[in-house]
Amino acid sequence: MKRHRAVILFFMTMSAMLITVDSAWAMHISEGILPFSWAVLWAVMSLPFLAWGMRDLRERSRREPHLKAFVGLVGAGVFVISCMPIPVPTAGTCSHPCGTGMAAILIGPFLSAVVASVALTLQALFLAHGGLTTLGANIFAMGVVGSFAGYGAFRLTRGLGASPFAAAFCAGLLADWATYATTSLTLTLALHGDGSFWSMLVSILLAFVPTQVPLGILEGVISGIAYGFVHARRPEILGALVKGEVS
Amino acid sequence: MRQFLKLLVGMALVPAIVSTGPGPSCDEWPGVDEAVVKKFAEKAGRPAREPFFDPPGDVLLFAFLLAGAGGGFVAGYQFRALFPPQAERARESSHV
Repeated sequence: MKRHRAVILFFMTMSAMLITVDSAWAMHISEGILPFSWAVLWAVMSLPFLAWGMRDLRERSRREPHLKAFVGLVGAGVFVISCMPIPVPTAGTCSHPCGTGMAAILIGPFLSAVVASVALTLQALFLAHGGLTTLGANIFAMGVVGSFAGYGAFRLTRGLGASPFAAAFCAGLLADWATYATTSLTLTLALHGDGSFWSMLVSILLAFVPTQVPLGILEGVISGIAYGFVHARRPEILGALVKGEVS
Repeated sequence: MRQFLKLLVGMALVPAIVSTGPGPSCDEWPGVDEAVVKKFAEKAGRPAREPFFDPPGDVLLFAFLLAGAGGGFVAGYQFRALFPPQAERARESSHV
């Protein structure tokens, strides 16, 4: 009972943090920043992953009865986490974790891309967070690259013998950093113009570093705790993703 | 397990206290969208446009409140379905 009170308190606190928001503090690329051609390109590049994710949801939910509830839980978590501004005292700025590393190791990278796209669409429509014209780029950075970087890091580190917590930590960390690296690349490709591509890319990456290094570590810890909790309480719902690891 | 829960709640409370307590104004804590993304976009001559939904005044706070409440409700509802209290699980298994 105490455990559930603590979980409820955790979610209430997370929710309370959202109402302290004065403006949208985000990595999401704002409305109108990307030229039309780039906006379309990123949207087109994201679509196959979302289509495969929907197929994944349909097929896996036939075999895994808990999947839809689990996707709902993880999706709500990604939505809340990815619009939660966290002040970083060392940088004097605010940013938010992405949650897609955690999502990818819990429900799989394709489904993680789908829940990220739902979260980003709601944020763009109702929270002035990101933009509709930049939705494709934001989905690709956070949903696709973040999910696959996190999932790849988890599989690789587990394969090398890391503990579940350490592997989940690496997943959260790398998903966060990969997301911001992709945002940097997206901005540079669209905006460098006649200037130096590499110079602008390095400048943007370096500008993200003071905020995202500590936030990436925080996201790693959140992912490790979330994965450890599910692994301890209901390992069977992770079944397909950690085949051979759980009994 | 108790330590884990303390850590979990602590992780939520600490940033909440930091972000809600007295301290520098919001202008002194810009988001990376302003500090990085918008700065480089403006320098490149592509400033951000007004968002599709740009609520005036504190309506944005209300939207974030609804988002937090809605997200928290969905998460809590599904959490309880997936991780029922121990007593409930024991009762269900005794009926089987």
